Amino acid sequence: MTALTVLRRALLLLGLPAVLFAVWWYATADSTDFYVPPLSAILEAFGKVWTGERLLSDVVPSLLRLTAGYLLAVVIGVGLGLLVGMRRAVRDVLEPVLELFRAIPPPVLVPVIMLFAGIGDTMKVLVIVSGCVWPILLNTVEGVRAVDEVLSDTCRSYGITGVARLRHLVLRGASPQIVTGMRQALSIGIILMVISEMFAASNGLGFTIVQFQRSFAIPEMWSGVLLLGILGFLLSLLFRFAENRALAWYHGLRNARRTP
Amino acid sequence: MLDVRNLQKIYTGRNRKVEALRNLTFHIGAGELVCLVGPSGCGKTTLLKCMAGLLAPTAGEVLLEGRPVDGPPEGMAVVFQEYGRSLFAWMNVRDNVALPLRRKKLGKARERELVDHALKVVGLADAHEAYPWQLSGGMQQRVAIARAVAYEPKVLLMDEPFAAVDAQTRAELEDLIRELWRELGVTVLFVTHDIDEAVYLGQRTVILSKSPTVVQEDLTIDLPDERDQLHTRSSPRFAELRAHVYEQIQRAKYRSGDTDTEVVDRAPEPAETRS
Repeated sequence: MTALTVLRRALLLLGLPAVLFAVWWYATADSTDFYVPPLSAILEAFGKVWTGERLLSDVVPSLLRLTAGYLLAVVIGVGLGLLVGMRRAVRDVLEPVLELFRAIPPPVLVPVIMLFAGIGDTMKVLVIVSGCVWPILLNTVEGVRAVDEVLSDTCRSYGITGVARLRHLVLRGASPQIVTGMRQALSIGIILMVISEMFAASNGLGFTIVQFQRSFAIPEMWSGVLLLGILGFLLSLLFRFAENRALAWYHGLRNARRTP
Repeated sequence: MLDVRNLQKIYTGRNRKVEALRNLTFHIGAGELVCLVGPSGCGKTTLLKCMAGLLAPTAGEVLLEGRPVDGPPEGMAVVFQEYGRSLFAWMNVRDNVALPLRRKKLGKARERELVDHALKVVGLADAHEAYPWQLSGGMQQRVAIARAVAYEPKVLLMDEPFAAVDAQTRAELEDLIRELWRELGVTVLFVTHDIDEAVYLGQRTVILSKSPTVVQEDLTIDLPDERDQLHTRSSPRFAELRAHVYEQIQRAKYRSGDTDTEVVDRAPEPAETRS
């Protein structure tokens, strides 16, 4: 990659956000509306609010809950997905139940989960798991079922069975779909992290933003929303970086098929 | 060595039954190279899967060294037609070849030796680090062959392995198979729909009827052991054998387990349609 293409990609990546920020800046520059403060005021608040103590007391706890819930959802989703995808009988029994649970919007579960898990971190992690697990689970099932028949026969004839088959054939073969599920789950996770903190919490991003809103600290509230946007953006960048490393073979394979 | 006895396979669908194989019996001796040829859709792949222990027959049995095959037996390697789908796209060439060996627990040194040797004999000594999708079709099939060679099988089953590669590559790979067969002393069953290939490669050619399949003829290929693409293919004996197999295949299109010999003889004489 030459310096020029790096520059081009950076421009493409940051071009539109820069334009939108500029529009926001000028449109609100002379704003006297209490609820729509000028962007300059929001950025000023951003600098004051989200550096120092709040970073540790609110941002870090939120991110820890998200990480815990997300990772737990990955483990459960992939584990259960392997089982459901590989065993016809399990699939037949579980499918209707899974469809039912999947149809329940996770935020609705917050009050329910609060009843038996309290209002601590466990509740928030459980809420995140309850939403993140579905796309991972369903995509894993699809990925496992789509494992190539010829490759499967090849493994059988070479005696690659059991754990070796799971590791070298099933998991790797399904990995593109598992990653798709994980990508969908990431954005759901961020949403649920905020929602669970808005319901009942003593710290965290969602809690802080609601606090600002209730105390009419409007620029501070906006700065929280901005921070959430930036966090989501950074997490998806991180995800794409990891994906490009883990699925390098898959992208190469697809490119090779497109240009025979 | 490898015995197929009264093999029958019926696929049962929702409300129809398809009898792919009617009654097949033949024998392959240790160290033989036998080709299996038949009209399109005659159940060649079904037969091979039954022999590989990947598919349970409806009746009859397959014996490997006297023991019935009821699952993929040890000491047998299979090379499939769809090379693009039989290699692990997420592993490089070396790992693809080495994976089946891990179970054998031969030790690192021996494993490395086998993989190096296998990749060298198929002409891929400098492609260890490449991924399969970075290679041409012919080279991918070489990887699959190398994997089979490194596994040190007693029996090698090949299911139309060169059907999807171009003619020149195919000729090279045919010679590679003969070379490997002679060098390794392995028993080879080579399934093909290509008549030239069936005559050129083997010591024997088993000709199958159309489905429901029976053995139409078991033909000994009495060409000299030293074969090469140029001289063997232009020899008069090759032309005779080729014509004979062609004729049999034409007949096979009208013959199956459902017809008897008489009907076959009344079928249109294929010799007239030959150019």
